[in-house]
Amino acid sequence: MRTTITVNGTARALDVDPRMTLLDLLREHLKLTGAKKGCDHGQCGACTVLVNGVRINSCLSLAVMHDGDEVVSIEGVGTPEKLHPVQTAFLNQDAFQCGYCTPGQICSTLGMLSELEAGVPSQETPPGATPVFSEVEVRERMSGNICRCTAYPQIIEAIKQAREAMA
Amino acid sequence: MRPFTYERAASPAAAAKAAALTKGARFIAGGTNLLDLMKLDIEQPTHLIDVSRLPMAQIEATPEGGLRIGASATNSTAAAHVDIRARYPVLSEAIVSGGSPQLRNKASVGGNLLQRTRCAYFYDTSKPCNKRAPGSGCSALEGLNRNAAIFGASPACIATHPSDMAVALVALGARVETVSPSGDVRTVPMADLHRLPGDMPHVETTLVPGELITAVVLPPPPAGGQIYRKVRDRASYAGGLASVAVAGGQVALGMVAHKPWRAQAAEAALAGGASPAEAIAKELEGASSLGRNDFKVPLVARLTAAAISEAKGRG
Repeated sequence: MRTTITVNGTARALDVDPRMTLLDLLREHLKLTGAKKGCDHGQCGACTVLVNGVRINSCLSLAVMHDGDEVVSIEGVGTPEKLHPVQTAFLNQDAFQCGYCTPGQICSTLGMLSELEAGVPSQETPPGATPVFSEVEVRERMSGNICRCTAYPQIIEAIKQAREAMA
Repeated sequence: MRPFTYERAASPAAAAKAAALTKGARFIAGGTNLLDLMKLDIEQPTHLIDVSRLPMAQIEATPEGGLRIGASATNSTAAAHVDIRARYPVLSEAIVSGGSPQLRNKASVGGNLLQRTRCAYFYDTSKPCNKRAPGSGCSALEGLNRNAAIFGASPACIATHPSDMAVALVALGARVETVSPSGDVRTVPMADLHRLPGDMPHVETTLVPGELITAVVLPPPPAGGQIYRKVRDRASYAGGLASVAVAGGQVALGMVAHKPWRAQAAEAALAGGASPAEAIAKELEGASSLGRNDFKVPLVARLTAAAISEAKGRG
């Protein structure tokens, strides 16, 4: 099925099988292998990308359902020469060991910061209150991204540092 | 994943009509539960009807002073909506206690109501399960049934409904708006949307084949405080063992039955002046457990009594 998706700023028109997930489209068709296939069931977050600015699990979404959408994967976040502040902070804070979950963690961080900015509540937000950036909020809001190397303390530090750098 | 055909519906009525025309057709909106189950070969649709782009995402006030939530609004949008947070906090709290942010960003309100059980045997295609393969038996009866129902179960199925959002909607007395393949529009009370298992646990709702949920309609909020409380094995991103939604004098329980469980006996006792502990004890007179899920009975007793008391403090 003819599907046009803007990926990292470039419109890509492709013929896709209805069964193909957005993750497989990125990895197998476009050879953008930054987004990872961890569990393939929405449990680990390694496949997290931004669709129209919102973070989702690309493994649990059909590519044909994204006709006309704008997708940003880790390849569109920064380049080795010009890292995004979140990428720099992950490096500075040693926020990974094997690195497999990192593209998902970084895309998720970007989505998470936008959600906080927009006032989206979490279960840690007091009733009626506007959510504010805090370690408790960040931990809760990043719970959809698993790191089996357990770099969680460094990931939290990296997110704090990135937010300051982006302010 | 098995092959299927795909179409984008032009309107809610056209989607319902198309669903009735094709055997094995399913609607897809967020797809977070359906695609997971299709990958596992548990769901085997032959045709997907994409309803995600239909104009059903609005959240708007009703003339009666309530709120109408379009079925394709995402869980995140509903949880963050200013009127829902201000007037229906139990609903916002229930939504953000379910899934992960990525899932809530994709999952639709209508789809949340129609998600399938998390019973391990429903997921294990090598084992009998009356819900997945009608007539094959229930492996959970004498198996891993720690998260099984304590209300309304049958010898055919002891699975629970996993939704958090639905529990809050039942407590709020919401109604579900639908369109059928014939084009008829009707509203169903949330408490009547889901069925008890009986001898047909594979039939989970009272919707007719092809009937599409178009919206959830909230009445004006009842007087009194609201709260949602959920107990689970880890603090975030985990299915519940038990949950409770309180909205004034209205109480619903989650993950304890094949459907979100309106605690009518507890409500009646509360209305008659019973203490929170006495009220939930009345409800639990109708509970039964199987051994591994015995703990749910005292858990629900303490959880519900505490939540009712805390909700009063918020009133």
